[in-house]
Parts: sequence; C-alpha cells; structure tokens
Amino acid sequence: MSATDPGSEPSLGVDTSEDTLRRLREAFNTGRTRPAEFRTAQLQGLGRFLQDNKQLLQDALTKDLGKSTLESDISEIILCQNEVDLALKNLQHWMKDESVSTNLLTKLSSAFIRKEPFGLVLIIAPWNYPLNLMILPLVGAIAAGNCVVLKPSEVSKNTEKVLAELLPQYLDQSCFAVVLGGPEETGQLLTHRFDYIFFTGSPRVGKIVMAAAAKHLTPITLELGGKNPCFVDDNCDPQTVANRVAWFRYFNAGQTCVAPDYILCSQEMQEQLVPALQNAITRFYGDNPQTSPDLGRIINQKHFKRLQGLLGCGRVAIGGQSDEGERYIAPTVLVDVQESEPVMQEEIFGPILPLVTVRSLDEAIDFINQREKPLALYAFSNNDQVVNQMLERTSSGGFGGNDGFLYLTLPTLPLGGVGNSGIGRYHGKFSFDTFSHQRACLLRSPGMEKLNDLRYPPYGPWNQKLLSWAMGSQSCILL
Amino acid sequence: MERQVQRLRQAFRSGRSRPLRFRMQQLEALKRMVQEREKDILAAIAADLSKSELNAYSHEVITILGEIDFMLANLPELASAKPAKKNLLTMLDEAYVQPEPLGVVLIIGAWNYPFVLIMQPLVGAIAAGNAVIVKPSELSENTAKILAKLLPQYLDQDLYAVVNGGVAETTELLKQRFDHILYTGNTAVGKIVMEAAAKHLTPVTLELGGKSPCYIDRDCDLDIACRRITWGKYMNCGQTCIAPDYVLCEASLQDRIVQKMKETVKDFYGENIKDSPDYERIINLRHFKRLQSLLEGQKIAFGGETDEVTRYIAPTILTDVDPNSKVMQEEIFGPILPIVSVKNVDEAINFINDREKPLALYIFSHNNKLIKRVIDETSSGGVTGNDVIMHFTVNSLPFGGVGASGMGAYHGKYSFDTFSHQRPCLLKGLKGESINKLRYPPNSQSKLSWAKFFLLKQFNKGGLVMLMVACLAVVAAVIVKEYL
Repeated sequence: MSATDPGSEPSLGVDTSEDTLRRLREAFNTGRTRPAEFRTAQLQGLGRFLQDNKQLLQDALTKDLGKSTLESDISEIILCQNEVDLALKNLQHWMKDESVSTNLLTKLSSAFIRKEPFGLVLIIAPWNYPLNLMILPLVGAIAAGNCVVLKPSEVSKNTEKVLAELLPQYLDQSCFAVVLGGPEETGQLLTHRFDYIFFTGSPRVGKIVMAAAAKHLTPITLELGGKNPCFVDDNCDPQTVANRVAWFRYFNAGQTCVAPDYILCSQEMQEQLVPALQNAITRFYGDNPQTSPDLGRIINQKHFKRLQGLLGCGRVAIGGQSDEGERYIAPTVLVDVQESEPVMQEEIFGPILPLVTVRSLDEAIDFINQREKPLALYAFSNNDQVVNQMLERTSSGGFGGNDGFLYLTLPTLPLGGVGNSGIGRYHGKFSFDTFSHQRACLLRSPGMEKLNDLRYPPYGPWNQKLLSWAMGSQSCILL
Repeated sequence: MERQVQRLRQAFRSGRSRPLRFRMQQLEALKRMVQEREKDILAAIAADLSKSELNAYSHEVITILGEIDFMLANLPELASAKPAKKNLLTMLDEAYVQPEPLGVVLIIGAWNYPFVLIMQPLVGAIAAGNAVIVKPSELSENTAKILAKLLPQYLDQDLYAVVNGGVAETTELLKQRFDHILYTGNTAVGKIVMEAAAKHLTPVTLELGGKSPCYIDRDCDLDIACRRITWGKYMNCGQTCIAPDYVLCEASLQDRIVQKMKETVKDFYGENIKDSPDYERIINLRHFKRLQSLLEGQKIAFGGETDEVTRYIAPTILTDVDPNSKVMQEEIFGPILPIVSVKNVDEAINFINDREKPLALYIFSHNNKLIKRVIDETSSGGVTGNDVIMHFTVNSLPFGGVGASGMGAYHGKYSFDTFSHQRPCLLKGLKGESINKLRYPPNSQSKLSWAKFFLLKQFNKGGLVMLMVACLAVVAAVIVKEYL
C-alpha cells in the first residue's frame, strides 16, 4: 500500500471511494468487527502503529507544525497510547449488556441495554493535532465494533502521508480504510450514506457536515470551536496566571481548539499581567522566540497571512514579529482591542492573545453570554466564589478553573462543545458510548399471562386503577 | 414567532428556570393539571382518535403521571455534579461533570398519541431546566387545543409556550434558533427537521418509525404470542410507532396464527367490533384511504371491512404476502397485519437485515438462545422478547431509534440527559506552581521523562524512584495548598 515514488501523493490503488464504502459495509454485515477478540486485535495493532512509527510521526508533526518532541509526545502520541490502553483494559466491561430495573408489570423479565455498533463510521480529522484527533475517535469507533473510513486533513500533509501509508498496514483492511482529498473530495464523500459521522473542525464546515448527514438521517458528533474566554480576577498572583495562560495559549503556536482565545480582566490587572506575560514568554522561549525549538509554526501560508493581518488590531504590547519564510509568528499580546476588530470576531487559532478590559465580574459574564457558547472557558482567581460564579452563570463545552485545558488529559472527563462549539462528546468511555447504539431490550417469559390480563380489553374501571399501580415505580417494593 | 422565541430566551437568560425548586414546582403544577383536568384531557384524546376515555388514560395519562413522579423523585440526583476519577496530575483538584440546561428547546409532537408525545418530552425538558416551546400535531386538533388552553394556566408563561398550526407555522418555527429539537413523526419530515437544525448547529432527537418486524418461532407458546400480538397490533387502531408492523414465520404456522388472533379479537372487541368502545378509528380520511389501498390485491384471511363514514377499518390479517407488495413497502400504521412466510430464522434475520433498521423488533420463542441470536444478528431501536410494545413502559430503558428509525433517545433519566449539556469542570488552586514547572519550556530530556511519567500509566525501571519522588512532590504540594 505504500507509494513507490516518495514525492507522489499516497494512493489507494484503483479503489474509488464508492468501492471502498461498499467493501467496508459488506465486511461489517458479515459481523467481522463484532467479537471482542477482533476489536482487541485491532486496538493492539493501533498500539503497535504508534510504537513502531514514533520517530516517523514525531518527524511528520515537526514538519507540519514545527512541533517539538515534547509537544508531540504529550499532546499527541502519549495521549493516543493512553486511549488505546484504556480501551484495551476496559473493552469487555464496556461491551457488556447493562442491566436496568423494571416496574411491577415487567418483573420477572430481563431488561437490559445492548451496546451495538452503528455500522460504517466516517471520521474527519483536522490539521492542528492531526494524529490525536484522528486516533482518539478511531479508538472509540473500533472499540464499539464499527468499520471506519478515516479522512485525515490534507493540510497537515506529512502526517496525512504517514496515516495513509502505514496505518492501514496495522489494521484489518477489509474493515478500515483511509480516504484522501481536499474539500471537494470530502464533499463528495459526504454525499454517501454513513451510519455515523464524527467531525472535528470549524463551525462553518460543521453546518455543511450536519446538512449532508441530515439527508441520510446519520447521527453525528461535531467537535467545533469558538472564542474561548479567559477571565482573570484582580485577586490572583499575576505571574502564576501568566505562566499558565501563556503555556496554554502558545502551545502548538496557538493552534488549539481549547486554547484560551482572549483575556477579560480589569485595567489594573492588565497592567500587572502584561509584564508577567512577558516574563513567562521570555522564560519559556528566550529573548528571541524564533530560535526556540519549543515554539511551533503556523500550518500554512493561508493561516499565516490571516494571523499576520490580526497583528494590526489594537496595540502590540508584546511580540508582533512575523517571518513568512518560516511561517513564524512571535508569541504576541495585544491590548486596546475593540470588539469590532477582526481579532475579536473570529477564532484566533494562533499565538496572539488579546486582552479586553472589563470593569467587573458581572461585565465579564455579560460579555461572554452575549457571544456564542465557547468550547472552553477559563477563570482565574484565588477566590472560589468568583470561579464558581463564572461557572454557574455561563455555558461552555468545558470549564477550567485556575488552569488551562488540562482537563483534556483526564479520560474520565468528556470533551465536547455546546451550541456553536459542537454537538456530542468523546474521550475514554464517552468515545465508546458515542459510537454505540444503545438498544433497549426487554425479554419477557410467556408465563405470567394472568398479570397481562389487566391490559386486555374489554376494559372496566378497575383496569385503570390496577394498571396505574402496577406501572408506578413505587409498586416495585411489593415483589 | 421570532419574538416568541426571543421572549423565552430572555426568560431563560434571567436564570429563573435553573433552581431545582422552580423546576419541581413546574413539574408539580403539571401533575396537578393532569389530575385536575383529567376529564377534559381524556375527552380531547378520545375525540381525536375515537378512543374510549379508559384507553386514553391507560395509553397516555398513566405514562405522564409516572414520568412526573420519576422526575420529582430523582431530580436532585440527576441534576447533581458527578465527580470524575482523577489521575496523578489532577489528584488535588476537583474534577466533575455538571449537568446544565441547554436553553430554549422545541418539542414537535405527533398525532397518534397526541398527549404523551408532547408531555413526556416536556417533563424532561422542564426537569433539565430549559425553556420550552411545544408544537402539538394539528391532525389531533382537540388535544392541540386543550394543550394550548391548559399549559399556560399551570406553567410559567414566560418560559413555556404552545404554538399551534400546520405545515406553514412549523416551517416558520424551524427557521428559528433552538438549543435542542425533539421531533416525533415520520422519516421524511425527520430529514427536514435535521436540515433546518443544521443551519444553527442545533442538536436533535428524532423519534421516527419504520416497519417493526415480529418473528414467531415454531417453538413458542402460540396462544400467548397471538394474544399479545393482537393487543399490540390493534391498540389505537394500529396507529402506534412500535406496533408489530408485520409477522415473519414459517408457512405452517400461518393458519393457526390467523385462527388464534381471530379468537382473541373476538374476546377483546366482541362479535360486532364496530360497537366495541375499546376499538379506535383511523385519524383522518387521507390515512383511511391510504390504508384501504394497502389491501388491494391481498389475500385477506380475516377482517378487511372498512367504513369510510366512521373511518373504521376492521382488525385485518393478510396471509402469503408478497414482500414486494405495497403493504410491505411503507410503515402500515393501521390495523392491517401482513404475514410473510420464511423458511426459518436464518431467512427471517436476512429479511430483517435487508431492510432499514426498525424502531422495534419482536421475537416470540421458548428458545432463549434463538431470541439472543436474533438480537445479536440484527439491529433496531429496541426489542421486546415474547411480547410487544412493553419495552416502552420501562422508563429505565432509553426509548429511541437507530438508522432510519431515528437518533437519540428519551424517557426517564434519558430525557433529562437529552435536554442537558453535561459540562466537564476541572478546578485547581493557584498554588502548587512548582509541579507545573515540569511542563514549561525550555524543554529537556528530563522534563520529557517526567511528562511521560505523569501521563503514561506504565512505569519503566526507573519508575519506582520517580514514584517516590512524585509522592514527595505531592505531599509538598498538599502542604503548600492546605497550610500556606
């Protein structure tokens, strides 16, 4: 399956998308993906893919995004390995039928929820964490027993190549396939019928995916984005806050869907925060961040130019340099920005951090609530009350108090948006549940028919009374 | 209509619907409404479906009272934050998932169980803390009117509203932005609802339909099976989304099935079915004519009588039905039961799998292994073995479809979850910054090892030493957090 000419696009031979889909669907219908042994073998294959090709993957990620080894490890490779291990460890448990309680009318019956695969799943991954955002959903889809079509992002070319050429070699190719292409090919792909679509990307494309899914009544999970607000209270240590915010903002050169997008704070706090941010940036990346091996690069020219444009908003307090040859943008802090400026109108997705001043917590909350629900929301304060207020009076996909998106590393917390930032969620068991149909099953015995007589016509008034009693939950106590 | 949605959104934004006390008050008011105005409600349902008030009670009202009681008893638990297991890195933090309301929810009902299909989702949406617009089906006019009259009398009028109307009004409503839409109805309109929702990235729950197969095994208690199937098929004159749509069985069973069901029909509805108060009528002329056309060219083993004036269609069974005929191409939604013969269970399974995934699937057999096999080798929204319909009544089971029969589920706690956003929260303190130094650049090999240690579950040889050092670090952090 590997391309013979190193410079050419990886190809899947003469297999067209339609043939691929048909082939995978047929494989699913044979029941091949259902036994636990099969799923375990595939997950183990996935684990080996990550181990065998670690260096290759790190190199690809560096070429695509300038990611340092540490960033590649902690935000991509290790997280993928953990997810595989978690699924392997818990698969039997997750797959089990879930028993539920019954009412009096259905006592002596067995009621349970059967977890079933949907069938043919499509996973569309973006370019910013091209390995993580492909593999993590894939783990869930495989664990749940589905066949999967993977559509990696064509923008992160090098990772796409590794995924297309090597990943299929570790999986059963009758059940899993990688499909390549740009927006046009993806649009084509979306006209076909899938049993589930998992999409990570922008809200704009999310709408297109959902509209396409609607034509086939395909259920979806959309992991989208937005502007993630970061409120900094006056009552805090500016340096600690600056360290944490800077780390999460400039990680992956800001190209993270859950990164703090902009800061809301008072004028007084801003005056303390700016020098603290400068300290943090210098400490992390040195006096000339362009020479630091720990700072990533912008994915491509289009986004580089877009971000360069944003540097003109407000006033540059820190950074502001850029280098087109390297697609480098300095860790930047902007102040005096207006709400109407582009930097406050679109998701930044780059190493630029605007500070917006507000006069109070209430004003910050109003500011946030007037906008679309973000994927993440952050609040920094020594005062628990302040953090809780922010939490209770806003809505967002997830919430971090006094830190950034660390909650992502906890597989017991789901990752997902709400409103414009997305539909559905995943990670850990939540992935398994996302890719499973929960089928309600009630198995009765042919006996106990006398009890059923209550429900048969012809009816008298006593039917009504007895039925209410039998169907109520309180009546369970009797048996 | 835009203004109405805006009004509800403002009311939601005020935060009034969030305190548990408020939600419980609204649910209690709803319960009072059902109890105090029972007569009016039953009369409306009865008028729409030519249903006896007793049937209206047992089909619809019982379920709602049960659902409200469930919510009142369980709301505190359902709405509480659920703690999440933490890892080493987050050991000292608070990690939990907090259920939150979504905002303004739209519930579109159907005409066949016009009361319960509005009220049951409404109970869930209120319990989850949302503002709600309900749009009852215009085909069940009387229930639509009574809901429009009663709901505002008992519920907070700024947070909950009833919108009535036909296709034009529904289309207008679907242009507005909602935070969740729950739709009960048919597949074609389901697609339209999802497309409209896509414009606003609104999550949807679609309770649709399909042809729910009923497989009768040779080895089963045929008396019981036929009794139960007769009950489930002809209740509400077959107009039930989870009614057994058609029967699959070996040819040799057909005649006995017909005979037993015929006897059961007589037991249930008497000699002159038209006179039985327990037998309903078809909702309107259009559906009546549609059902009449399904009988054309079919072998009617039993029943088949129709009366256009009263929209009466007798309990009917068709035998030796051709799978390609019209009656096997659409969801019947009427009192007509086709029997399609298959050679064995393998053929039955293939027959089912060649078609769209149904909302419900039924299997009658003494052989538990066979039942399990049919479940294992097919898919459907839900299953009842050795009975029909009943999985709907167990509210610890989610009720929903899959594939063409729908997406999402509700009932009981699943309603609450459907209408909530489950928000993950991780709360740290601002102290303990020393541990964080590990993650900050400039990076080095040792930092990488530490990072791996904290994130990877497996320890390598040096792990034990790291473990001890980590414990010390944690102890230090605890001291810092608690005492400094």
